[in-house]
Amino acid sequence: MLLVHCPYCEEERPELEFAGAGEAHIARPANMADISDEEFEKFFFIRENQKGIVFERWRHIHGCGRFFNAVRNSVSDKFIKTYKAGEKKPKLTKAEIASVLPPAKGTPANEPIHTAPTTTGKGDAK
Amino acid sequence: MRKFSVFALAKEAMKSHKGWDKQWDNPEPRSSYDVIIVGAGGHGLATAYYLASEHGITNIAVLEKGWLGGGNTGRNTTIIRSNYLYDESAGIYNHAINLWEGLSQELNYNIMFSQRGVLMLQHNVHDVQVAKRHIHANRLNGVDNAWLTPDEAKAFCPPLNISKSARYPVMGAALQRKGGVARHDAVAWGYARAASAMGVHIIQNCEVKGINRNTDGAVSGVETTRGTINAKKVGVVAAGHTTPLMDMAGIQMPLESYPLQALVSEPVKPVFPCVVMSNTVHAYISQSDKGELVIGAGTDQYTSYSQTGGLHIITHTLEAICEMFPMFARMKMLRSWGGIVDVTPDRSPILAKTPVKGLYVNCGWGTGGFKATPGSGNVFAHTIARDEPHKINAGFTLERFRNGRLIDEAAAAAVAH
Repeated sequence: MLLVHCPYCEEERPELEFAGAGEAHIARPANMADISDEEFEKFFFIRENQKGIVFERWRHIHGCGRFFNAVRNSVSDKFIKTYKAGEKKPKLTKAEIASVLPPAKGTPANEPIHTAPTTTGKGDAK
Repeated sequence: MRKFSVFALAKEAMKSHKGWDKQWDNPEPRSSYDVIIVGAGGHGLATAYYLASEHGITNIAVLEKGWLGGGNTGRNTTIIRSNYLYDESAGIYNHAINLWEGLSQELNYNIMFSQRGVLMLQHNVHDVQVAKRHIHANRLNGVDNAWLTPDEAKAFCPPLNISKSARYPVMGAALQRKGGVARHDAVAWGYARAASAMGVHIIQNCEVKGINRNTDGAVSGVETTRGTINAKKVGVVAAGHTTPLMDMAGIQMPLESYPLQALVSEPVKPVFPCVVMSNTVHAYISQSDKGELVIGAGTDQYTSYSQTGGLHIITHTLEAICEMFPMFARMKMLRSWGGIVDVTPDRSPILAKTPVKGLYVNCGWGTGGFKATPGSGNVFAHTIARDEPHKINAGFTLERFRNGRLIDEAAAAAVAH
């Protein structure tokens, strides 16, 4: 189960309190009757479904009831951040993206995902 | 390839079974093939098999990132049924059932297909109305399905709790007697063995990193972790990973990938005679020939490629199962796992040509693709070989999300898939 931080309640709560609401930042066309079938398909059906960083909507349905957005890595399922509805899609730093990477191949499943890089130099193993 | 028979088995029994060959080859990739299939799961291997056996195309490579049958083919709950509402669905799933019935003989490989019946429980008035509508629609389409009263359901599946005091009392059930289960691994192995015997190359540990195209836009091959492999036709059969693969050819898909979980109990003696499903309380259960209860749970609510899922999802399913089958309340669960399923907006698959010449896609099977394996492979092979869909998959296009001709099994099933 995920732990989700609600940006309105400013609290991290269990996923059970939330409802996932799909991809974020999809703007409903204002001129719905005029758009082409291609444009409607893109708006209504096509999804990015990224393997990696995803921007998605959540609703704190058993809390404040409000919608908000989140950035998550869809392989490690770790959140980078959540932010209020209406806020711009955040630009992510390299460090933020690196902080939610899944464990490298060959890592035992019970190893912690984040290990601080050991940069103490060579020869320190003695 | 050595044929399996009673005599071969008896002969090997005398020699401590030391004379069996490898079941399929493990070749180095050639530089070019007639057709490349991306994904060596059940659907991909079946496609290669039918391309070879029905269309005479044997110069095929099936590329697999991991090991064959290691994705959703080895992770599902092995349920087979065809009682879908719409004509297109009835067509393809019933085509699959017809192929399942002769598959062990055709492949000379025991896939342990067992038509023990699939019982779909109905718990409220709305369920009952929907189920009866399904039954009538199915029978008009020549799909076997019948209505059982609670007492008849209890007679068919004795562990079932039909008490009126249950939290969700059973008000009846739809029974498809032709439905059942098959050994999922054996399906992949059987197709791999039969395809390999006809010269198909199954190349494992070979991840596709790019899809190459000619200057005219047509497909020319794929980039892989084992080098460039050329082919004029590429079929993508990659389930949850279809979106990233199709992105390589510049095609955006109407798909979302979710983790779907399953779990098995400790093995016990035969206690459970059929498959029972309940869409309303969301539980899927059968007993494998090994004795484990095989239980299917739901998808998580967020997209993910993690091949795992939340514990509360399987807890929810187990609560429902303990309510319907009180005798299982003290069973221990042994293992649980997740697979990544690719879900379309209308919950029907896409088996079609794409806007890119020479590129074909078989995806969107969502939470229930195993049951369709032979039918899917069979018509997809036809689509690739003839460059036009078989009449059975003619409706399962990619364009239906543009022209609105959806096959809306999502609404028909009345369940959060």
